Amino acid sequence: MLSTGLLGAAVAPPGLDLQSSFIDLAQAMGLTAGAARLLWLPLPMVLVLVGAVVGVLVSVWLERKISAAVQQRIGPEYAGALGVLQPLADGLKLVFKEDIIPARADSVLFSLGPVLVVVPVILSWLVVPFGQNLLISNVGVGIFLWIALSSIQPIGLLMSGYSSNNKYSLLGGLRAAAQSISYEIPLALAVLAVVMMSNSLSTVDIVAQQTGAGILSWNIWRQPVGFVIFWICALAECERLPFDLPEAEEELVAGYQTEYSGMKFALFYLGSYINLVLSALLVSVLYLGGWSFPVPVEWITGWLGVSPDAPLVQVITGSIGIVSTILKAYLLVFFAILLRWTTPRVRIDQLLDLGWKFLLPIALVNLLVTAGLKLAFPVAFGG
Amino acid sequence: MSIASTTQQICFLVLSATTVVGSLGVVLLPNIVYSAFLLGGVFLSVAGLYLLLNASFVAAAQILVYVGAVNVLILFAIMLVNKQETLAAIPGLLVRRLLSGAVCAGLFALLLRVAFTTTWALPGPTPVGEEATIRIGEHLFTDYLLPFELASVLLLMAMIGAIVLARRDVFSTDVITGEPADQGLIEKDRTPLLIEKSAPAPTLLSKP
Repeated sequence: MLSTGLLGAAVAPPGLDLQSSFIDLAQAMGLTAGAARLLWLPLPMVLVLVGAVVGVLVSVWLERKISAAVQQRIGPEYAGALGVLQPLADGLKLVFKEDIIPARADSVLFSLGPVLVVVPVILSWLVVPFGQNLLISNVGVGIFLWIALSSIQPIGLLMSGYSSNNKYSLLGGLRAAAQSISYEIPLALAVLAVVMMSNSLSTVDIVAQQTGAGILSWNIWRQPVGFVIFWICALAECERLPFDLPEAEEELVAGYQTEYSGMKFALFYLGSYINLVLSALLVSVLYLGGWSFPVPVEWITGWLGVSPDAPLVQVITGSIGIVSTILKAYLLVFFAILLRWTTPRVRIDQLLDLGWKFLLPIALVNLLVTAGLKLAFPVAFGG
Repeated sequence: MSIASTTQQICFLVLSATTVVGSLGVVLLPNIVYSAFLLGGVFLSVAGLYLLLNASFVAAAQILVYVGAVNVLILFAIMLVNKQETLAAIPGLLVRRLLSGAVCAGLFALLLRVAFTTTWALPGPTPVGEEATIRIGEHLFTDYLLPFELASVLLLMAMIGAIVLARRDVFSTDVITGEPADQGLIEKDRTPLLIEKSAPAPTLLSKP
């Protein structure tokens, strides 16, 4: 794929466009345009799926290592260097575990629940951009699609909580649904403020609007309140501590996951970590300039005196974009893990109070102020 | 026939089949929880149909509102009051079922007639695609402003009604001194209520 990028970059529009390069190459080899497109279609999907799973493995390892550091332990050490193979071992263990469906459980809903939790999360990766053309699909409704998809998840949680035929599971499922409904509203309002500034729902346009002056043009300086609201809500949506009430071990055994084992449990596990990485990626897209480097790449190429359209330069620029997106996302994952191991859990009434009585009004005010600033200073706030 | 149109046809067939079978299940299944979950499936496949019609914003809004809010609310209500109890047999159940079946069949016949007698313009208007979001926004703030505002007033009324219904019924006056008590204080469970400890509970609860 890299070589096709090299070949096609000279004719491609600004930025690496692997799709058109691949289709050009396939057509040069004698395929029709439709067949070339059909061949291309699964490639980015598989790549992103693999990327998401690898991202989960990395986060699990980070979780283990950082929690160990917080608690002054060593953490996993023997499986691979620094224990990097530990998450792989965890995953293999879960694959080989017996898949148990409780006798009095509703087996259809019990099996469908974890699927409904994982699928929307994976689908949301559709809109995560790693570069100008480095995403599966530049859908026009981009970020709105993510909000809509993440609202399917509570149904899966309710389903698995109900079908387990266990009071802890049911309570966990209900809590999860209540929590994600409450925090979806401030989350959507925070996103709306960003969307208003960039005049588009597309993730690519949102990042493009933050390029220009490097780190100074990132949205975090224009939307500091929105950033904090979004981050809190994203943590609550991922059910991370301090908001992990749905699976609060001391009260609910493990919430909606109580009765699950083997691969179905692994799906929940996978889903929650994919969601965490996804949220971090979206924070970096919405507020931290996505794939843009702190110093604009165009400036660097200008100083070095190379053309930004040269094939090799484009490949390097694309790689820098991918690396900086991932670095920003993992910085946020690091903060999320640190928060998990250093803060106590909130109570359910505190959680709902925070969501409805604090974050919602603040998010509304933030939206209003953004609208006012956009009218007053269209240069700085995207007229 | 190109690959794109074949895919579209397959998607259309699958989505329509899911919608029809799912909605039949919503109506006919005896288990209310299954009905509620199937309703979510029906909403999702309708969203898929919107997506096939190039209306991606409407599809996403459909998922957000109907699946994410309405269906979750229905499930919530079912799970909070899901008591296993045997319901008393309703008299004349068969007659009721036949009657409602007849009404549904009549409606279906009416719809079929409309579908066959209308002259559909084929092919339909060209889809605006990604511009749809802007177009919807413009319409909502110009010619559809009144219906939009009326809908929000309706929702506000429903919200106020829900708050009034759900508010806990507590004493607004101190039973000893007869002075008005602070509502906020009473609603906090841990705060000792200004109620005589020795007084029997039933008489207190029976007061309005």
